[in-house]
Amino acid sequence: MPYRSIVLVKQVPDTRSIRGEVMTADGTMNRAALPAILNPEDLNALEMALQVRDQYGGTVTIITMGPPQAATVLREALARGADKVILLSDRKFAGADTQATSYTLKCAIARVGEFDLVFCGRQAIDGDTAQVGPQVAQKLGLPQITYAESIVSLEAGEIIVQRAFDLGTEVVKCKLPCLLTVVDSANRPRPASARRRIRNKLAAIPSEIPALLAQWPEFGDPAALQSYLQKNGLAIPVWTAADLAADEALLGLGGSPTQVHKVSYVVLEAAESKEIPATPEGIQALIDELVQEYILG
Amino acid sequence: MSENFFLDNSDLQFRLDQLDLHEILEMKEQGYRFHAEIPAAPRNYADARDNYRLILEVLGEICARVIAPRASEADEEGATFHDGEVLYAAATQEAMEAIQQAELMGAMLPWQYGGLNLPETVYQMMVELVSRAEAGLMTIFGLQEVAATVNEYADEETKARVLPKFARGEVGGAMVLTEPDAGSDLGAVQTRATYDETNDSWRLNGVKRFITNGNAEVQLVLARSEEGSADARGLSLFLVERDASVRIRRIENKLGIHTSPTCEIQYKDTPATLIGKRRFGLLRYAMALMNGARLAVGAQGLGIAEAAYREAAHYAGERAQFGRSIRDLPAVGRMLLEMRGEIEAARALICETGRWVDLLKCYEQAVAEAESPDLELRQKQKQAANMADILTPLTKYYATEMGNRVCYQAMQVHGGVGYMREFNIERHCRDVRITNIYEGTSQLQIVAALGKLLGQGLDPLLDEWTARDYGPEQAALKEQLVAANILFKGSVAILKEKARPVIDYHASDLADMAVHLVNSWLLLRDAALRESKRDLAQVYIPTSLTRIHAAARAIGNASDIPLQVQARLLAN
Repeated sequence: MPYRSIVLVKQVPDTRSIRGEVMTADGTMNRAALPAILNPEDLNALEMALQVRDQYGGTVTIITMGPPQAATVLREALARGADKVILLSDRKFAGADTQATSYTLKCAIARVGEFDLVFCGRQAIDGDTAQVGPQVAQKLGLPQITYAESIVSLEAGEIIVQRAFDLGTEVVKCKLPCLLTVVDSANRPRPASARRRIRNKLAAIPSEIPALLAQWPEFGDPAALQSYLQKNGLAIPVWTAADLAADEALLGLGGSPTQVHKVSYVVLEAAESKEIPATPEGIQALIDELVQEYILG
Repeated sequence: MSENFFLDNSDLQFRLDQLDLHEILEMKEQGYRFHAEIPAAPRNYADARDNYRLILEVLGEICARVIAPRASEADEEGATFHDGEVLYAAATQEAMEAIQQAELMGAMLPWQYGGLNLPETVYQMMVELVSRAEAGLMTIFGLQEVAATVNEYADEETKARVLPKFARGEVGGAMVLTEPDAGSDLGAVQTRATYDETNDSWRLNGVKRFITNGNAEVQLVLARSEEGSADARGLSLFLVERDASVRIRRIENKLGIHTSPTCEIQYKDTPATLIGKRRFGLLRYAMALMNGARLAVGAQGLGIAEAAYREAAHYAGERAQFGRSIRDLPAVGRMLLEMRGEIEAARALICETGRWVDLLKCYEQAVAEAESPDLELRQKQKQAANMADILTPLTKYYATEMGNRVCYQAMQVHGGVGYMREFNIERHCRDVRITNIYEGTSQLQIVAALGKLLGQGLDPLLDEWTARDYGPEQAALKEQLVAANILFKGSVAILKEKARPVIDYHASDLADMAVHLVNSWLLLRDAALRESKRDLAQVYIPTSLTRIHAAARAIGNASDIPLQVQARLLAN
């Protein structure tokens, strides 16, 4: 039977590209200096949802909350196989901690309506909290399976999932609908499909229309382009606080109990150094020491 | 490690930007009429070009992130043979799965069969990317030429049955020509094709050897259909869809491209479909197939060279000796500069050749479809055929010999560590060595180009380039190239008058002159457009000119003395 899946994704700075100039003097990161990518474990979540669709049929809908630029990662999700994408964007969402974020996402999922499965990445590489998935589940009143590595079975309204931890695995069962947070050992996310990337290259939110028109003047005027996008399923919907019928007190900075008090700059320094003689004996002594300290072996 | 083999290669992006595809796409996309039904088909010229960039970006990412990181492991495991079946290395399987998921197979097939309808030039860029990531994989990915040949020459029913499977990546292709006693001399092929009247079908019997990716599901087999014949005119081309009558007997244990299974195949009463007309198997279809594959092997040599150059440049930048990075030592810097020049020259040459091949295919189709093709169209077709015939073997020759030179030098830059298995360069050296051997050795490429070169076939191109303006900065170099044109034409005139064995003995001198001349003109054209090309032209063109002059002297002094010496010294 087909399953309706929702995947929650986040655009994050590509921390693999961190260079000196990206860090500011106060220890925070200059996000503009880094390319934005789809959070790596969200790709694992997307892949798991796509595999469910490949096997059983159904749909995969992507939701992300972020500034207009987050439309880029939604196009990426379309290229990788998502059926539908939704951007949650409103100044009122800004400054949200995990609590306000999960509230916003919960409102969006409620608006999407019926679904069987919600997939999230285990955690994002920028915040590393791993809280948003579980909080969304709690707010929706859904059972949650964190650290999901594989779906063992999916039938008769029940899912059996293997969870992965450092020291082993655990197999659990629960009823649908439910929420899964997925770890990176779950799968190798499929690459973008060239054909899908081409088909979806014009997919845009309304504020991107002027730039799109400058690149593709043959569409004539904004209204004509907008109607082309609508007709071809390329208009990415943007939902605001009003669209979600959300309690504004629970959104954004105002709805965030977490406040960053202080960011410390950690400088790693070697306190002492030791010279190893360049002889077989010197090297052996170093190896023995490393084994002794449980660093090697 | 690079994140994307297309986006990290500014010369490849420059080449894509420089492709003039107006005429080709107008014909291939038939006035951009496919978009209405196929959303991935382009809306117009700018849209098509943008799509090509996206396609190369998608492949470039897969190459950098999925394929290249496991290339060493793939080489170590290699393709293996168990109980009559070939098994690809695990990394090769993953690579092919990623390419299939990216929907990049069927690159050159028309939209109607689920292809991407790509021009040859863009396809060759894909081949370069894959080869840079893992050279052996190219022989699995790059056999899309087989599908292209089926598309060009098979009947509609066969095309409809086979091509969509190619486009979905469900089947692979193999070109099955070589036999134990028919290698370079394919006219000697002995595999028999017999017509079975009761079933109205063909059956194949015989043994083929050295068949790259011979375990593929769809095979184009060259076989003798005319009983009693002994030469190329008795051969036809057949399509085999692999079944139990096709037995893989063994795979070869090779120096390089370990991931590519090289098979010995036995056909026993194997059902086969005739492609095109009888007796034209080698003369027309297999030659067309090989021409496409030759360009692809050129692109493979280029891709490996790119990988080797990057290893060498990286190592030279990191390695310090005598208190400085070895890259700053002129002797090392010179090697790197020469590699860079040769790589960019080969890339420009492949694009130029690809352009003529694309034009030729379009004109051929237009002629075939027109009720009475006009003279102008026929002349255009003839010109494109002429240029494709000359440039294809020259490109295969240059790009693969260049690949070998670059890998050799790249190992030299590494010094002793480059000889160790831990470094990638030894793999590139092993892999590249086949490129100037298979799909016709360099010596055969020179033979293939020789007749046309002696027939002054290159002159129209040289004259066209001479007539262009390259700006005042390039004036001095242009003057030298104009002089080199005259020298080349003089050498053709001298050689033509010699006895056949003397001509054949000096054929490689003429081919060297021709290809260095072509490359130099192409670089001069680029120099007018790009700062880095202006720099490169200052080094590459003078170096090429010294080779041109040396070859001209050799031809000027041509006599039968070496042949006499050869007869005395090499006889026993």
